Amino acid sequence: MSVIPYLIELLQVIILLALAPAFIGWVRMLKCWMQGRSSAGLFQPYRDLSKLFAKDVVLAENASWIFRFTPYLVFGTAVLAGGIIPILSVDLPLAPTADVIVIVALFAIARFFTALAGMDIGTAFGGMGSSREMMIASLAEPAMLMAIFTVSLTNKSTSLSQIVHVIYSGQTLLRPSLAFAFLAFVLIALAETGRIPVDNPATHLELTMVHEAMILEYSGRHLALVEWASMMKLFLFVMLGIAAYAPWGIAARGSFTAVPLALAFMIFKLGAVGVGIVLIETGLAKMRLFRLTEFLGAAFLLATLGMLSFFILD
Amino acid sequence: MDLQTAAQINSFLAALVLLTAFGMLVQKRIYGLIHLFAWQGLFLSMNTAIVGFVADKHHLYISSVLTLSLKVVLLPYILHVLIHRLKIHKEVETVVNIPMTMLIGIALVIFSYHLTAPVRELSTLITRSTLAIAMATVMIGLLMMITRKHAVTQIIGFLALENGLFFAATSATYGMPLVVELGVALDVLIAAFIFGIFFFHIHTTFDSLDVEQMARLKEADSDE
Amino acid sequence: MSNRWPVSRRPIPMNSSIMLLVLLGVPLIGSVVLAFTGDRKFAPEINIAGSAATFAAGLGLAVEVYLQGPMLAGSKFFFVDAFNVYLAVLTSFVSMTTAIFSRRYMRSEREHGRVGHRRMRFYHAMFQLFIFAMLLCLLTNNVGVLWIAMELATLSTVLLVSLYRTPTAIEAAWKYFILCGVGIAQALFGTVLLYFAAEKVLGEGGEALLWTNLNGVSGSLEPTVLSLAFVFLMVGYGTKVGLVPLHNWLPDAHSEGPTPISAVLSGLLLNIALYALVRCKVLVDGSTHTHHAGDIMMGFGILSILAAAFSLLRQKDIKRMFSYSSIEHMGIATFAFGLGGPIATFGALLHMLVHSLAKSAIFFTVGHASQMHRTQEMEKIKGLFRGNPLVGWGLMFGVLAIVGMPPFGIFTSEFLILTATIKDAPLWTPLLLLGLGVAFAALLRRLQPMVSGEVPPNQQPMKVAHVPVMLHMTLVLIIGLYIPAFLNQWFHTAAELLK
Repeated sequence: MSVIPYLIELLQVIILLALAPAFIGWVRMLKCWMQGRSSAGLFQPYRDLSKLFAKDVVLAENASWIFRFTPYLVFGTAVLAGGIIPILSVDLPLAPTADVIVIVALFAIARFFTALAGMDIGTAFGGMGSSREMMIASLAEPAMLMAIFTVSLTNKSTSLSQIVHVIYSGQTLLRPSLAFAFLAFVLIALAETGRIPVDNPATHLELTMVHEAMILEYSGRHLALVEWASMMKLFLFVMLGIAAYAPWGIAARGSFTAVPLALAFMIFKLGAVGVGIVLIETGLAKMRLFRLTEFLGAAFLLATLGMLSFFILD
Repeated sequence: MDLQTAAQINSFLAALVLLTAFGMLVQKRIYGLIHLFAWQGLFLSMNTAIVGFVADKHHLYISSVLTLSLKVVLLPYILHVLIHRLKIHKEVETVVNIPMTMLIGIALVIFSYHLTAPVRELSTLITRSTLAIAMATVMIGLLMMITRKHAVTQIIGFLALENGLFFAATSATYGMPLVVELGVALDVLIAAFIFGIFFFHIHTTFDSLDVEQMARLKEADSDE
Repeated sequence: MSNRWPVSRRPIPMNSSIMLLVLLGVPLIGSVVLAFTGDRKFAPEINIAGSAATFAAGLGLAVEVYLQGPMLAGSKFFFVDAFNVYLAVLTSFVSMTTAIFSRRYMRSEREHGRVGHRRMRFYHAMFQLFIFAMLLCLLTNNVGVLWIAMELATLSTVLLVSLYRTPTAIEAAWKYFILCGVGIAQALFGTVLLYFAAEKVLGEGGEALLWTNLNGVSGSLEPTVLSLAFVFLMVGYGTKVGLVPLHNWLPDAHSEGPTPISAVLSGLLLNIALYALVRCKVLVDGSTHTHHAGDIMMGFGILSILAAAFSLLRQKDIKRMFSYSSIEHMGIATFAFGLGGPIATFGALLHMLVHSLAKSAIFFTVGHASQMHRTQEMEKIKGLFRGNPLVGWGLMFGVLAIVGMPPFGIFTSEFLILTATIKDAPLWTPLLLLGLGVAFAALLRRLQPMVSGEVPPNQQPMKVAHVPVMLHMTLVLIIGLYIPAFLNQWFHTAAELLK
């Protein structure tokens, strides 16, 4: 009965909490550089969060328990998901239950409650944000599952740790099914985490908002938790992608000494992915809402093609 | 390059060909279509060259160069010139909406997989698994011709169909004998010139390249 | 069943190779020559002369084959046997008479300003190229080259259909191009599959595509692959034959181009596509040993007959009506080839011959009739007997021939096919009779007002080409009354080879 897996688990959660804002800060910094503005620095998200924690919560009179409960729930699911996804190592105590479907379900719970919270107060923007978010979710979920299934077909399991393990031991260098699934995953990640071209996270025009509209009414520590959770969601999606498609560097089962190396790899990969995200965000424009069907349809198409090419070509 | 790696690269290029076929299916801008068609030709010629290298069939090199010059350079160039001369700038209308077209495309891929099953079982080539992809490319080209309303896209669909056939020949049999390949290439070239001439005729007579305009024979005919 | 092809192994006699060379070379060279001189005064005469030379060569080759049996030439690239040489003679003959007809017809079109200089050159050049492509299609031994020649034949006529540049003509040519292009692409896939099956047995390279080789080993070709290949080949070449439901391009294409082109498209190209189909069927039959391919052909044939017959009732344009009649007759021939057996095959071969002759004769008269009235609508064409007896009587005899009235040749072929159907596939007989009957009624109903009655005021007199019509109709009549011995023998040999 080793205590090391638990330590690694704890370490992972701490890193998740600590580094998610830094990742967002990195992405924003790069964006500013690309657009020729001066950035607010890598640690600005931390300052934002601490500022929000210090402020008072302003609640509407008709806010129900859902409104107050949601930020904690969202935060909790993000932390829990962080405990499941192998960020540093596959050697996690939760590994047997760690299923990609569980992760999808966790994010779905978070989204469901956020949508409810958006409608809770009864403002127009909140409802609008909720309905848009749900539309995107209804299109993105099948595609996400299809992309995950393709990976699990290749690796014969839906457990993430198992997937990473198989990728390590096998020669899955140029499999077209994985390539398709990866492309699909990128598109879906953009949709789920609310980045351009699906949703502009930096917009202040309410009518163009999707995610922001749902959390318009939040303030103080509630807002801090929700913001932190969305940062963690982006971080986790990137980690999910890396674990499923490019897991080299993650410490294998039973080796504790590889963890610092895994940490270094992780930071490097995060940096690279940040650059990728910024390139996509700067290069593309935000799509009109009804074009999203095509976008997510294309994601679904790619994921299905990946699955089909698994049967046809592999 | 050993057989295993070659098979993997072959599969990968086949997947890319299929991806470009789907890309053409959902693409609305005409220049985008031409570029995707050029990419498809490029992947195809690369695939042919690799198969020729691994299977030691030298006539495939000639086929590869032929495909490269014809489908990656010459035909896209002709199409570019035509579109420029005819001043076609619009987006393309589709008969069925895009997500539906994509779903039908996926169904066609599954169908062609089943269709080519007997051939796949009998084949001993390293390229046998790509026959289904080739058939799917043919069907997607056909779908493109049916669901588009613009003459240029119908032709590009037709050319994509030819690409698929060429790919099928390489997958099933390491390419047809050279005389046949040359003849087919010649036919494609003549067809290219003919449709070029056609576009001008259509444009002069109908003032647009929307094939919906060319429905007169249907009405003039006694309730066909 | 596979080795019944007694191919002559002795060295090829000089005259056969020369005739083959002339047969293929003259149209090709003629095409090039006419590309430059096609708009001169003597261009139609060059056209006729070239076609005549081709016909003479064809006849010579036919005599050789008749006397000495099937032969290979050009290091196995060409294969001449009773089946294709007969079609080659027919093709070159009808091309010759069409060239004669085209002289008068195109002159009139020139005078009315419907065709300009460049287009005349183009027309003449493509006419000869088309003949070349058809003959290559018939005489080649290589299944791949068969495909290439078929495609070439289509491509050379596409722009001819749109020669008049009217909206309807362009639309017809576009449909022709696209639908036939798609169809023939399917046929290419079928050919690839055929090559795939052949490669296993015959090894790689051009040898595996030679029809004689394929026929020799057809027993050892994979049945599943060949069945799949046949489906694609059926769809592909069937589109070019004009079988329903792949026939949409046919009425448009055959009615919109200049009449000589309609005549050769209806009379010749359909035959050649059917030839390609039948050659493939022989291979498939040898491999699968079932009647599967024949059943498919029968099904498509009957469908074409019925659909075309009922469509005939609703036509208003004269050339369109006769195009549907072509679909119907091709359906009959396909049905007969599918049925198989000596009588049906004999009937089918005879049918291809007489249909070609009669249909092209009809198109000749129709061409002149529409020129006289400057329209193709049947409502407006009247009084042909009085206006121009040759055209009137020619049309009447032509239609009587094509509906199967004795003593014309088509009656004989349809009768033979009907006999064979009653014997071998009795359940199909009522359908066949229904189709034939409806077509009979539909065509005769239209014929009556056109040939009789007063001459309408807008009818213009004109010089018509006498020879082609009279020649064709005489031949059809003769064949109906009495099939010459050599023809009988010829068909029997061909039918034997196609079992």
